[in-house]
Amino acid sequence: MRKLLVLGAGTAGTMLVNRLRRRLHPLLWHITVVDESQQHVYQPGLLMVPFGQLSSDQLTQPRSRFIPDGVELVYGQIDRVDTSARLVRLTNGRRLAYDQLVIATGVRPRPDQTPGMLGPQWRKSIFDFYTVDGAIALAEALRRLEHGRVVVHIAEMPIKCPVAPLEFAFLADAYFRERGMRDRIELVYATPLPAAFTKPVAAQQLGDLLDEKKIQLEPDFVVERIDPEAKLLVSYDGREVPFDLLVTVPVNMGGDYLARSGLGNELNCVPVDKRTFLAKGHKDIFALGDVADLPTSKAGSVAHFSVDVFVDNFLRHIAAAPMTENFDGHANCFVETGDGKALLLDFDYDTEPLPGHFPLPVIGPFPLLRESRLNHWGKRAFRWVYWNLLLPGRLPHRRKGNDHHHGG
Amino acid sequence: MTITTVGDYQLHVDGEGFLTEYDEWDEAVGEKLANQIDITMTDAHWKAIRFLREDFVEQGETATLRRVSTIGGIPIKELFELFPGKPAKKMAYIAGLPKPRGCV
Repeated sequence: MRKLLVLGAGTAGTMLVNRLRRRLHPLLWHITVVDESQQHVYQPGLLMVPFGQLSSDQLTQPRSRFIPDGVELVYGQIDRVDTSARLVRLTNGRRLAYDQLVIATGVRPRPDQTPGMLGPQWRKSIFDFYTVDGAIALAEALRRLEHGRVVVHIAEMPIKCPVAPLEFAFLADAYFRERGMRDRIELVYATPLPAAFTKPVAAQQLGDLLDEKKIQLEPDFVVERIDPEAKLLVSYDGREVPFDLLVTVPVNMGGDYLARSGLGNELNCVPVDKRTFLAKGHKDIFALGDVADLPTSKAGSVAHFSVDVFVDNFLRHIAAAPMTENFDGHANCFVETGDGKALLLDFDYDTEPLPGHFPLPVIGPFPLLRESRLNHWGKRAFRWVYWNLLLPGRLPHRRKGNDHHHGG
Repeated sequence: MTITTVGDYQLHVDGEGFLTEYDEWDEAVGEKLANQIDITMTDAHWKAIRFLREDFVEQGETATLRRVSTIGGIPIKELFELFPGKPAKKMAYIAGLPKPRGCV
């Protein structure tokens, strides 16, 4: 019996084992998936927690609930991948052999990478919101805040869900307005990018929204360190951005085990062929989801579209046939803009975000690149879709075509 | 795509002046490009530019600041001193490489 080992039971890993269990013969392929924690976090929901719009118990479900029969779920921390022996060692001493390995352990925030971030002000005046604990702590801090300078900050690109910090700034503006205190709050958006976002068309539109909402943009700001006593962000070129409350997105990195295994790049992400996800220099190792070094967004939508392409290719690969499906970098994301509205971005390796409509099955179609209430409710409804259709591998993906490059 | 003249050289460039043909570059071209953006090349500058050129051949894309620092061994602080303001963009320009992809 051959062995498929999947590292990580997050969005990509869970979808993948569901889809492959239905396609791989149970007597020919044993499937194992490894994760270090028992709770699956609905990460898109983390953004809503600081504003009291979602409680933390609505964010998590037991991981085991989404792993199908016929797939072995192993809890444990990964020590390293021994690529020459084709086995993965866990820190508890267990060894898991594989014929094919899929790495899907994602990336996570690393506040330790910026000097001063984890100092005495961590979770006092310096917060992250990409973790459950961070989002809860920030909710409390926002509730207590009466006035001052709130800085939303990105340490370094790439980060997962790259629009989330912008959404945070928009939602914070609405939150302070609703509480009648917007005039006592100064909102600043500090980013290493030259503009509000990466893709020029979207950067223009999102930049206009920043202006409209009186959020100051501090572009090209590459943080060198944080001075926790003076409450300052200090950039490499000597600029200082003072804050009373800092909402930062720390450097995102893949697991340290990837560096130990010689599989990671400078951010512990796995260099892959961007069309097939095959790890460079390997014939039996793939990387899917945020941990893959793809030139597209690190986002659940990318994981979803990647798995679609990957499954057919993988079946060919194990039959020693060439992989003929090509991933196009397709990404899309709802961008909350405050006041119950959202806009939707859709792009790929070669296409800038376009106006039009996206025909997401079940709950769409949604207007692209335009604020609407429907998009906001689409984002809300997505939590149900995530747990009930996406993770179990039951959300069909219509390949990009002409169907949404018109209208709007 | 357009052709621009830098010194005695005819070079293919994109809309923002970044070279599009890897092989049209040599260090003399790099020197001229550096002058265009008021940078006088020293050994320290060349160390960074040579790293970028070699890394591009292996990776197929322009190295990020983190990569120049962790793999190339030049601290980010120093890159900001050598190529003030926007080091990633300036290095790519001098090295005749595509603008670093804006991270997506």
